[in-house]
Amino acid sequence: MKPSSARHAKRLLTNAVMTTLAAACAIVAVTVLLLILGYIAYRGVTAINFQFLIDTPKPVGEGGGIGNAITGSFVLLLLACLFGLPIGIAAGVYLAEYGNNWFASAVRFVTDTLTGVPSIIVGVFVYTIIVLPQKHFSTLAGGIALGLIMIPIVTRTTEEMIRLVPTSLREGALALGAPQWRVTTGVVLPAARAGIATGAMLAIARVSGETAPLLFTAFGSRFFNWYLDQPMASLTVQIYNYAISPYDEWHAQAWAATLILMALILLINIAVRFFTRQRF
Amino acid sequence: MPSANKITSHVITLLLAFILSLAAGCSGEHGGTTGAGRQVRLQGAGATFPNPLYQKWLSEYGKLNPNIRIDYQSIGSGGGIKQIKEQTVDFGASDSPMKDEDLRSAPGEIIHIPTVLGAVVITYNLQGIQQPLRFSPEVIADIFLGKIKRWDDARIKADNAGGVAALPATDITVVHRSDGSGTSAVFTDYLSKVSPEWKEKVGSGTSPNWPVGLGGKGNEGVTGQVKQTPNTIGYVELAYAVQNKLPVALIKNSSGNFVEPGLDSVTAAAAESVATTPEDLRVSITNAAGATAYPISSYTYVLAYKEQRDAARGKALVDFLWWGIHDGEKYARDLQYAPLPQEIVRRAEDRINAITQGGKPLRAAQ
Amino acid sequence: MKGKRDKRKSKIEKNKIRFSTRFSLSPLHLLRLMAQVQPTLPAPSPASGYGARARPWSFRRALAPTGNTGDAIFRGVLFFCALLLLLIVTSMIVAMAANSRLSLTEFGFRFLIGREWNPIKGEFGALPFIYGTVVSSLIALLIAVPLSLGVAIFLVEQAPRQLARPIAFLVELLAAIPSVVYGLWGIFVLAPFLRAHVEPQLARSFGWLPLFQGTITGIGLFTGGIILAIMITPIISAVVRDVLSAVPVSQREAALALGATKWETTRVVLANAASGIAGAIILGLGRAIGETMAVTMVIGNRPEISASLFEPSYTIASVIANEFTEATGDLYLSALVELGLILFLVTFIVNGVAKLLVWSVTRGTSGTARAT
Repeated sequence: MKPSSARHAKRLLTNAVMTTLAAACAIVAVTVLLLILGYIAYRGVTAINFQFLIDTPKPVGEGGGIGNAITGSFVLLLLACLFGLPIGIAAGVYLAEYGNNWFASAVRFVTDTLTGVPSIIVGVFVYTIIVLPQKHFSTLAGGIALGLIMIPIVTRTTEEMIRLVPTSLREGALALGAPQWRVTTGVVLPAARAGIATGAMLAIARVSGETAPLLFTAFGSRFFNWYLDQPMASLTVQIYNYAISPYDEWHAQAWAATLILMALILLINIAVRFFTRQRF
Repeated sequence: MPSANKITSHVITLLLAFILSLAAGCSGEHGGTTGAGRQVRLQGAGATFPNPLYQKWLSEYGKLNPNIRIDYQSIGSGGGIKQIKEQTVDFGASDSPMKDEDLRSAPGEIIHIPTVLGAVVITYNLQGIQQPLRFSPEVIADIFLGKIKRWDDARIKADNAGGVAALPATDITVVHRSDGSGTSAVFTDYLSKVSPEWKEKVGSGTSPNWPVGLGGKGNEGVTGQVKQTPNTIGYVELAYAVQNKLPVALIKNSSGNFVEPGLDSVTAAAAESVATTPEDLRVSITNAAGATAYPISSYTYVLAYKEQRDAARGKALVDFLWWGIHDGEKYARDLQYAPLPQEIVRRAEDRINAITQGGKPLRAAQ
Repeated sequence: MKGKRDKRKSKIEKNKIRFSTRFSLSPLHLLRLMAQVQPTLPAPSPASGYGARARPWSFRRALAPTGNTGDAIFRGVLFFCALLLLLIVTSMIVAMAANSRLSLTEFGFRFLIGREWNPIKGEFGALPFIYGTVVSSLIALLIAVPLSLGVAIFLVEQAPRQLARPIAFLVELLAAIPSVVYGLWGIFVLAPFLRAHVEPQLARSFGWLPLFQGTITGIGLFTGGIILAIMITPIISAVVRDVLSAVPVSQREAALALGATKWETTRVVLANAASGIAGAIILGLGRAIGETMAVTMVIGNRPEISASLFEPSYTIASVIANEFTEATGDLYLSALVELGLILFLVTFIVNGVAKLLVWSVTRGTSGTARAT
């Protein structure tokens, strides 16, 4: 059957229109990203200076900086890793190595849904189980809240990465008479290390931008703080407080803080991409 | 990549060492809270109304007493009341006195220490209006009730007869607080006094159910919304409007005069009620009588437990409060807050002296 | 012709390998994992199988099939960590249910349909927040779904690999931007822009619809929805991309062989992946529902149900963020926790459904084609 030429032309036209539209969508998405990043860079660079990076916040009109927020964010992330990585990785190893039963399926399902739980809920949870009994806002509570968000991400990445390790490696080690735990820690984990590290880094990138769970846990602080039982400043909460304030000076500081935060996050993402690209 | 592995393990070792030192620092702190030369840390949270002043105080007080570190987070008066009740902070702050039921449900006796006086002002974002607008109480109530919807409403015009350029023919966008707020409590307390309809429909409190408008978080948030959105009207503490160069409306007081908010008119409002202020200093001074009194004025309070849990922290707190109501008052004027009347300062001293630890007054302990 | 098709086939095959080994690269790696129920490479038979299968079950052997004490301890520790995940979720539910008991007994089902949120009078109804959450998420989906479908189609079906990789990376970077940064950008760039250019235009063109009436402030449901749309676009497009590349090459070949144009071939692929795409959309919905900071900063924070999209509104997540630290009454706090419980359960269900849908497509990645 020979298609009528009018109909054929219409089909070609539709084809052209739709493919162009799809390409346009991609352009729109990338443009939005560039607009956001460009604006952050523009506002941030004009507001940033060295003093700003090491100062603590001051009353309006007196300058001040985000030094304590930067260190605060790092301490919180460190705590989160300390709490979240071991548990997440161990659970991931369990799912990969012993994960063929209903219990593991349940854990897997819960883990997946846990990642979808809004981070503010985690904040509420940690407030009720840690802040209220301890009677104060604390760095510890903030770190645990962030750690809780990291765990499911790390668990599932770890599981996936360990599954990529060829069975023959395990069989070889077992055949040499090694016990199972030696095989896992000595052969399987090292083989999957790069992948697990990648997952961990992405989890870090994700929680380093979290604000909501910190509002009721790490709270905020005007000072450099090195104690786990004290409230702690963080870049994200500082950005939030400055963003909703009316002061132009604080707005500029919010943009500068955002630039720092974005630089950190983009760096992690690009590094991850760079390393894994080499590997695979 | 063996070298990369080595680096990784070094990094992990370093991280662990860092964490351990942190943990050690943490436990050490628990061990010796009363040790000589140790830094004493106080955490406060609450009202945004006096926040510009409190930040100044903390900054100045910190310079005088480097080993006492006081932090104050402006999370709103509602937050201040909640967190002092939960004992998650050493002191709370609120502009509206705590309600009886809140005081009853607290785990200990909470006392109110007034620190300064401030004014809740009506501010707005209108193009081309040079002179400050004037409002009568009923008009304010009806704007916030959503009954007056346009800037060129006849009743707004009537208050501003002569002198004010043409009001724009645009919708009014009301901005109010989204968090629990002493500023809201003071404002709604005033509106409940001047408008029966307001009292019946909305009432007064830290988190009223606003009939119209946008919500902003904190005095900061409301000021920000007004500043960034054209044709808005909102209520904020005077300092916020002045710091951000926003216009401030004149309001008709109970004597029928349009009064500008400021040190003198706020002081005048407080003067009326000094004699009748109750023992616990919880008092509302809105809609005060007096020809020059600004009608939406308020004390702002620090909330603290009468019986402190920790001697060192309790001592630091009373010393700071004592400094605040004496030396601190000189910073108030620069930021448009009115210092306390002499009589109230004296009575606030009594309240500070009443703060104890283990039954012993902390202030007298020096 | 044959050569061309071979090239196309090998490109798609390459794509598949790339996606399967590469998902951990992106900020969205977890979504990718959720989309893949089984590992993409042949799964190693679990080690628990070695030497334990035929014997009757015993607790000790369950822990250590090899009969080695070290193994028992090792497995016990791992098991405990996995159990911890279950415990965390259970304790979250228990903690929230316990803390919302006051409100649950006081209001019961009425809580869900109550329209008044009045802490002064002790009257709490969740409907305005549910409405705000649902409508802002729907606006987000309306914008994000076509956009991310377009992005995914472009990347999988059209773009040459050299172009697809960097673009995919850039789009996914959108997902790496923190919520609070979107909020900041929303307050100072998006809201003023919408107020000055977009909203007046909408009011002029569609002002006869109640949706576009009311005061134009740049702050409200509309702005919240647009911010959300930007935030969920990378999520939906990433999953759709995986779903599309999981559709067997034979489908495309068959369509092309019948003389279909590129777009017609894409439609065949889309039809094949329909349930997976639905899953991707629901995943995006789940994210939109729970998003907190960015929405809080631009939605206006006002518990009211209004027909107009320009009016301020409130979402469940933002009311918790704003009021949780300061809810003074027990009932007030309990009502907020109940909102949290609702949010938790809803996102839990939404994510579960999405997961099942995505599985249904990606399950048989290399298997036979499903009926169209």
